[in-house]
Amino acid sequence: MTKVFERPKALTDKPFHYCPGCTHGIIHCLVAEVIDELGIREKTIGVAPVGCAVFAYEYFNCDMHEAAHGRAPAVATGIKRVHPDNVVFTYQGDGDLASIGIAEIVHAANRGEKITTIFVNNAIYGMTGGQMAPTSLLGQVTTTSPYGRNPDTEGHPIRVSEMLATVEGAAFIERVSVHDIKNINKAKRAIKKAFQVQLEGKGFAMVEVLSTCPTNWGMTPVESLKWIEENMIPYYPLGIKKEVD
Amino acid sequence: MAKVLMKGNEAIAEAAIQAGCRYFFGYPITPQNEIPAYMAKMLPKVGGCFIQAESEISAINMVYGAAGAGARVMTSSSSPGISLKQEGISYIVGAELPCLIVNIVRGGPGLGGIQPAQSDYFQAVKGGGHGDYHMVVLAPASIQEMVDLVMDGFDIADRYRNPVMVLGDGMLGQMMEPVEFKERDIVLPEKPWATTGNKDGEPRRIINSLFIDAQALEDHVHKLYRKYDEMKKNETRVECYNCENAEIIIVAYGTTARIAKNVIQMAAKEGINLGLIRPITLWPFPDDTIDRWAEADHTKAFLTLEMSMGQMVEDVRLSVNGKKPVYFYGRTGGMVPTPRAVLEEIKKIREVM
Repeated sequence: MTKVFERPKALTDKPFHYCPGCTHGIIHCLVAEVIDELGIREKTIGVAPVGCAVFAYEYFNCDMHEAAHGRAPAVATGIKRVHPDNVVFTYQGDGDLASIGIAEIVHAANRGEKITTIFVNNAIYGMTGGQMAPTSLLGQVTTTSPYGRNPDTEGHPIRVSEMLATVEGAAFIERVSVHDIKNINKAKRAIKKAFQVQLEGKGFAMVEVLSTCPTNWGMTPVESLKWIEENMIPYYPLGIKKEVD
Repeated sequence: MAKVLMKGNEAIAEAAIQAGCRYFFGYPITPQNEIPAYMAKMLPKVGGCFIQAESEISAINMVYGAAGAGARVMTSSSSPGISLKQEGISYIVGAELPCLIVNIVRGGPGLGGIQPAQSDYFQAVKGGGHGDYHMVVLAPASIQEMVDLVMDGFDIADRYRNPVMVLGDGMLGQMMEPVEFKERDIVLPEKPWATTGNKDGEPRRIINSLFIDAQALEDHVHKLYRKYDEMKKNETRVECYNCENAEIIIVAYGTTARIAKNVIQMAAKEGINLGLIRPITLWPFPDDTIDRWAEADHTKAFLTLEMSMGQMVEDVRLSVNGKKPVYFYGRTGGMVPTPRAVLEEIKKIREVM
């Protein structure tokens, strides 16, 4: 019998704690498959965020640091400068990266830190129970925007990838989605590219992955996937935002 | 090695490099700017790495990353910047990582001023950041001692896998004194817990301070406190000066301890016998030493002298434990007590004794 699927070596056996229908599990799996395919597990050091992926250090089967909220790019900077021959990645959500950690990500990118960032954007704070994120869409109802996000008082959703594409030290920036198989495959190619850019020493690389939060969006998993397609992608267009040869 | 004339801040940086520190992450703030400047100039020459971070917050988190990756690493700042680092310091303690943090204290609260102060005592010894924790706090009183304590500080940090703070002030950072860099063997310990990449078949290294299970967190904190007990036993340092037969003992650290020595000499000329207890470690605090002198019949009172409104005095009172009266004199906001004013204070105490 042909084996068509197996658990990546770069994932531990620990069952994910993520909610049903959440796409964090898919994204974890893609990152781990890429690490396996590039044969870099033994030299990879990951940095987990604060937020839903706070336990990423229990799932990625490599040396890991757990960082304070938003500080993963600074922690990764410290690791990478000590071990320039290792592969260092951060895995961060939108509250972590786009709100409290916006300074860290911009300056890590600007220094051209040779790290890879996986930025999971689900337009909400998941772990703390569904608060408004900087990436929440206009009109989106959350526990802290109960009347819908109003641009006059809460501002507009931040397009992080487009912003970081303007930063000189960024070598590769792409936004992908995981709402269907075709896009999952594209996401994997982007993640692989983001690790290759680091291996080639080109500079900072980030993949923004549009992701679901059925629990806090108040939708079924299927409705959530549709919501990405119909609501998030029009505001957060997919594609490569920056690529340095 | 011959003595060289050096500014305090630069001596700290040179001592760190000689102690094997190759990673420095900092952010500009007066009056400690000579430290990062010296590091920026010298670290690349010895194969090290200097980064001017985007903030003190980022700087301490770079330290967290580098320390977890196994490096001998430090940061420095001054009071408001140290406040910003507190979250990171708490994480570093929680994750049991060694590093050196230098605070060249200036007056506060708020933006305060840029003149020397000792008003960060509480912050340094009572935690500063969140959670149950301590770190060894070293308080040099001369540039020579600053150099020696910086070098010792890295070793203490490694020994306990806990950050160490050197608490100076704007005076010590900015003044120049002759200093000798004593030859010492730098032995960097093995760090099997550091993240270097997980070889097949070996256990993974995880740098972490999250314990979601309450019992696990309590167990972890108890483990930290067993280390603190060891630190109290092994690392407490104190200088006692002229305490034999002293009727009043001044308790002071750092810059104010130097002033106290002047006061003791002035008082001696007037027939007043004073002593000095100078804590060199502010944590662990030399409470046993203070208690011993409080027991002595000749000791009639203590005067705690600080460049603050009275912070260490609380620990002095706890150590004396009511056995003798404990008085306080201090200037704050960047003002420095004059020996004359302190002596006047002593005379007032003698009148009511």
